[in-house]
Amino acid sequence: MATRTDEPAGRPMEPGPGTGRGLGANRTGRDRPVGGFELWSWLFMRVSGLLLLFLAVGHVLIMHVIDEGVERVDFAFVQLRWGSPFWRTWDWLLLTFALIHGVNGLRVIVLDYVRRPGARFVLNWFFYLTGTVLFFLGTVIVFTFDPSAWPATS
Amino acid sequence: MAVTREPGDRTDAAPDETVQLLMRIRRYNPELRADPWWDEFTVDVEPTDRILDALHEVKWHHDGTLALRRSCAHGICGSDAMLINGVNRLACKVLVKDVMPKVTVEPIRGLTPLKDLIVDMEPFFAGYRSVLPFLINDEGEPDRERKQSPEERERYDDTTKCILCAACTTSCPIFWGDEEYVGPAAIVNAHRFIFDSRDRADRERLKVLSEKTGVFRCRTTFNCTEACPRGIKVTRAIQDVKRAILFDRY
Ligand code: FES
Repeated sequence: MATRTDEPAGRPMEPGPGTGRGLGANRTGRDRPVGGFELWSWLFMRVSGLLLLFLAVGHVLIMHVIDEGVERVDFAFVQLRWGSPFWRTWDWLLLTFALIHGVNGLRVIVLDYVRRPGARFVLNWFFYLTGTVLFFLGTVIVFTFDPSAWPATS
Repeated sequence: MAVTREPGDRTDAAPDETVQLLMRIRRYNPELRADPWWDEFTVDVEPTDRILDALHEVKWHHDGTLALRRSCAHGICGSDAMLINGVNRLACKVLVKDVMPKVTVEPIRGLTPLKDLIVDMEPFFAGYRSVLPFLINDEGEPDRERKQSPEERERYDDTTKCILCAACTTSCPIFWGDEEYVGPAAIVNAHRFIFDSRDRADRERLKVLSEKTGVFRCRTTFNCTEACPRGIKVTRAIQDVKRAILFDRY
């Protein structure tokens, strides 16, 4: 409650730019002074949430439910599945959206419940860095996986 | 004091008879004790009395040190929002017969208690002030009233009903966690001017509300809508503002 509460009550309002417009004029202004990071972060969470519903549920069905489920998942299964660019793209999208969605969710939770700025900073950067490392590792494997490099197992 | 009601006692007593209501009240007085404590009182009231009357009964006849806020006693000043049986309500709008035979009363949550049922409302009003809750129009003084069609008036009709009791804001889990969040009441009052065709400062308000402490913190839990003693569709107003920012149309 430090910053906002210091403002004097009833601070006189100086009309900023864009306020002196006629009735109904400029109602859908071209210069977007509002919005910004929080808007796009919020929108991203909604859109990625919907996408993840398909990506993650599809993933669970394929890997754990259909046929004998997880019992049939072995090197040959992965090799077969990742032989198609479709499934590589699917898995890479799942990786990307799940990580950004998750890390951004953690950022909002930190904002909600962590009061000390230092602790906020440390926690947020821990999540950002962990997310980046996981994204990097996952991306490398999705794009470079080559079954022929593992002759002993294939 | 102990409960004096016996099993089988009537709880739907006729209006003119006196009933005994057991009140558990959360007390706090930093000059006496560091921690809050619970006090119990059994008061004689009528079933059609309000919880506010029962609190008066305690303050006037049992314990004069009980501290609470109230003014109008008729649901319009917004002073006496408190946690009644675990939900945010105005003490002047809850009837004794609806809570018989006992009731718990606590201060609203998320604001610092000062004494008993009185909390420090400043963070609440700071959020309120931050959205510039007054008409701003720099087109010069009109020589007659600013006209508005019934349709234009209808757009913000619901949000004119706010009495700033803080029942919504102090029921919001995001506000409990972070007093910096402007809270539902501030958004409702911003909505009242953003969607007013006579106002010219909607961009300033939307800018405040798109910050880290603004509308996008709302997780649509609907606690605010449930808590509002005026029946304002608070969550809907918040979603209206989000949409106004997203589509830049209001
Ligand atoms: S005392 Fe005024 S609203 Fe209850």
